[in-house]
Parts: sequence; structure tokens; C-alpha cells
Amino acid sequence: MLIGRVIGEVWATQKAPSHEGGKILYVQPLNLDGSAKGQPILALDAVDAGVGDRVLVTTEGFSAMTAVGRPNSPIDMAVIGVIDAVELEKGAV
Amino acid sequence: MYLGKVIGTVVCTMKNPVLEGKKILVVQPLDPQGRPSGKPVIALDSVGAGAGETIYWCRGREASFAWYPAEVPTEATIVAIVDRVNVKEKATTDKHR
Repeated sequence: MLIGRVIGEVWATQKAPSHEGGKILYVQPLNLDGSAKGQPILALDAVDAGVGDRVLVTTEGFSAMTAVGRPNSPIDMAVIGVIDAVELEKGAV
Repeated sequence: MYLGKVIGTVVCTMKNPVLEGKKILVVQPLDPQGRPSGKPVIALDSVGAGAGETIYWCRGREASFAWYPAEVPTEATIVAIVDRVNVKEKATTDKHR
């Protein structure tokens, strides 16, 4: 799983039936210090997150499908939590 | 899933029988501004995407679930044609909220 920030939303009319009715969030993965890590990814929303939220993203198929409730569908990433706080030991970052 | 743009087609005459009739496309990954980012990938099409279209694709074992219960040997599948991408610029730059 990774921590990310929702930076936008994506709309698609023509898509896999299993993606219908779901929100597609554009998520920028973050380092622990809050800086961007790599390229943004697209994840289906399982927790009603929105733009600007810091979220928990699963990047593995089975957990993503389970979270969205669509087994055996082409989903490899899902937003599974909205993060309130990340507590770190002093000097950890 | 990842955002990308279809930039070409791959044609194979000799291929796994399960791939018969399926389009094999070349996809250029995009950044939030719509610029190319990284190296192109080859992906199977499940939604009827064509050259020049913005799409997103799914990677890994899940990619073959686009045709479930058929078992298709693919590790990248285009699962949607993107109409619009809304990016909140500030959200990409602010470090903490």
C-alpha cells in the first residue's frame, strides 16, 4: 500500500463494465515527507475520497477488487482509506 | 491503473490463439499535464480504443480479468477511454495540508 494525494478525477464513458458507477481518482504517490514520489496513478474509489485528500492506496489486484466489491475484474489499484494523520518517530524522515 | 495515449498498433500473425481478434496497441504513458512521460508500453485493448485516444490501462494479472472467465495472456489491458481529466494544480504542489 502507499500514501498518496488525490490530485484530480478522471471521467470515462466507455470502460470496462466493472468500472461503471465508480469514481476514478488521479493519485500522486507521496514520500513520508510529503513530496511527490514517481508518476501519478489512477485508482478506483472505495471510501468516497475527494480531490485534495491524503489517501491510502492499495496497488495489488485482489485487495483492490475486494475493496471495490467487484471480484474478477480488471482493477489493480483502489483508494481504501482517507488518512487523518501519519505519526512518525522523531528523526525517522 | 495508469493514464496514457494510444500511439500505435502492433500486428502479429502468429500468436497465442486466445489473442485472436484482440487489438494490440502501443501506449505512451502521460503525466498530469498530458505530456509524454516514460517509455511506451504494449497493451491489449478491451474497449475499442484507437490511435490518438487518451485511455487508462490496468497492469498485472488483473489485466486479463477484462475477459473473465476467459484466460487471456496479457499483463497490460486498456480498460477505459478517457473523456476528461480534471487535475487540481494546487493539489500537486502543496506538501502538507
